[in-house]
Amino acid sequence: MLKVNGISTCYGNIQALKNISMEVAEGEIITLIGANGAGKTTTLMSISGVVPPWQGEILFLGRPIHTMSPDKIVALGISHVPEGRHIFPYLTVAENLDMGAYLRSDTENIKKDMAYIWELFPILSERRRQQGGTLSGGEQQMLAISRALMARPRLLLLDEPSLGLAPLIVKQIFEIIKKINIESNTTIFLVEQNANMALKIAHRGYVMENGVITMADSSRNLLSDDAVKKAYLGL
Amino acid sequence: MTTFSELKKSFLTALWFMFLTFPIMVIRVNTIDKIVIWRWRNMGYVGVASFFLSLAWRYFLRRKEAGSKRALSRTANSQTLLERISSERRYKIPAMTAAAIGIIMFPFIMNSYQTNIMITALMYVVLGLGLNIVVGLAGLLDLGYVAFYAVGAYTYGLLNHHFGIGFWAVLPLGGALGALFGVLLGFPVLRLRGDYLAIVTLGFGEIIRLILENWNEFSYGPSGIAHIARPSLFGLKLSFFGEIRYLYFLMIGMVLFTIFVVNRLQNSRIGRAWIALREDEIACQAMGIDKTRTKLTAFALGATWAGMVGVIFAAKTTFINPDSFTFLESAMILSIVVLGGMGSILGVVIAALILILLPEYLRAFSDYRMLLFGAIMVIMMVFRPQGIIANVRRSYNFKKVED
Repeated sequence: MLKVNGISTCYGNIQALKNISMEVAEGEIITLIGANGAGKTTTLMSISGVVPPWQGEILFLGRPIHTMSPDKIVALGISHVPEGRHIFPYLTVAENLDMGAYLRSDTENIKKDMAYIWELFPILSERRRQQGGTLSGGEQQMLAISRALMARPRLLLLDEPSLGLAPLIVKQIFEIIKKINIESNTTIFLVEQNANMALKIAHRGYVMENGVITMADSSRNLLSDDAVKKAYLGL
Repeated sequence: MTTFSELKKSFLTALWFMFLTFPIMVIRVNTIDKIVIWRWRNMGYVGVASFFLSLAWRYFLRRKEAGSKRALSRTANSQTLLERISSERRYKIPAMTAAAIGIIMFPFIMNSYQTNIMITALMYVVLGLGLNIVVGLAGLLDLGYVAFYAVGAYTYGLLNHHFGIGFWAVLPLGGALGALFGVLLGFPVLRLRGDYLAIVTLGFGEIIRLILENWNEFSYGPSGIAHIARPSLFGLKLSFFGEIRYLYFLMIGMVLFTIFVVNRLQNSRIGRAWIALREDEIACQAMGIDKTRTKLTAFALGATWAGMVGVIFAAKTTFINPDSFTFLESAMILSIVVLGGMGSILGVVIAALILILLPEYLRAFSDYRMLLFGAIMVIMMVFRPQGIIANVRRSYNFKKVED
């Protein structure tokens, strides 16, 4: 579904990604784990077009997307949940969701999708008229994921959904990610620092260090790998 | 309660002001008789006045802080007077009717001078609402807004001068040209943000003015264009008062139309995209909002109003020259938006009326007019930094559930 062929991305003259290649198949949950500053977020930003790659190509459903602007990429079916949630604090929860459906005009289906979101996250339904900024961290993360889902993505890019959340909430969010993957057959690309949780729900995983992919395997193998255990799982 | 330390602070302030104003208030050099007059009494006045003013200042600041704490803990039924009038039907309809009658009767009760300054104020209401789209909703600081105003005015001035084209034909054209210039300016500068955008738009405003001032063959330079036709009313010949009244009602219509459009825009998808873009650009991109196009529409739609008001301005004064389009005008319109409360329609309307009418009615104090005006601005911003009427988006009221 998504094919990344040898991309390199720079911020000014600092190279953040060095010749990255990876592949995501339809219906999969893929996770990209690594330490701070490894280039995980940059990889996602390159895919969603916010920071276009400097070299290499990205193919989505066989079409090159690395030269497209972010809005065209969203229209093709890639939704990005940015790191640190980035919800709109002064818009209400319902308005935030409506922004997610910005490129759609099928009012009936938007309503249906919104009803699905209320079902998925009952707490958001209770707070639908409240401003986004007044939600708690976990609720904001739920809102950010829901907002991305409103675009009916085929590929959902999640950047650190566990950032700054209590373990119990993290668990809840990961369960929902899995649910989304199964129920609506959405392919999920998950970037995480919480390697343990991420590998538990993912089918396959990539390990990234200093802008280079150092390992790619099924998540079961990665979970039992000694190097991964020592570096990321703290075992 | 006034404590000793408060008095001491005020005393020090008074000393400081006496020192500061010493050269201008106390010393007077008489160059003819070559003597220096020392006016010590003035120093005493300054000292006493600044002592009491600083006491009052601190007292009101304290009250304001206490007030904001109270506002946090207040319940739903303690609203301000204005909120109550606008929310309850019982008060709303009579209030609206009274306002409507007042507006309609105004030009018949007041003389032509009063009506004229009211027309000017209404023009600034529309300008403020237009800039409000750019600054208040989309969050793009535009210091060159007057350029679009000039484009509109010169569109009518030149077309009327050369081809004798009438007001009503040029009005939409002025708006369209304003929008076109908005897009022209927007394209190169929208990659900039915040302060940088402000500086570039400031430069753009000056460029337009300088072109108008120096391109004699095109715009007749500083001498401007005179004898521009007033707006026509189905070919009727109007008296002097009739023309002013006609212009007044035209402006009222324009204001209502602007309020209607801006209100619709605010609650539309594009309006929400502007607000979203102001809040978080990365999230907007992730939502698939085309950043450039959304900002360009804000610029173009804001500029449209300036273009149209420019046409009306040319028709009202019947004479235009580049002096009417200095940076001071941009600053004035921006002050209207900020003072009124960014993004708030009612706030902008009230602020425009205050800022334009106040200097006129302060003519009695002629020498101190601008001083008073400045002081009122400073006091406003200290005590109500969110503007006269803060833009409150739909908010959630907690209701007690009876179990």
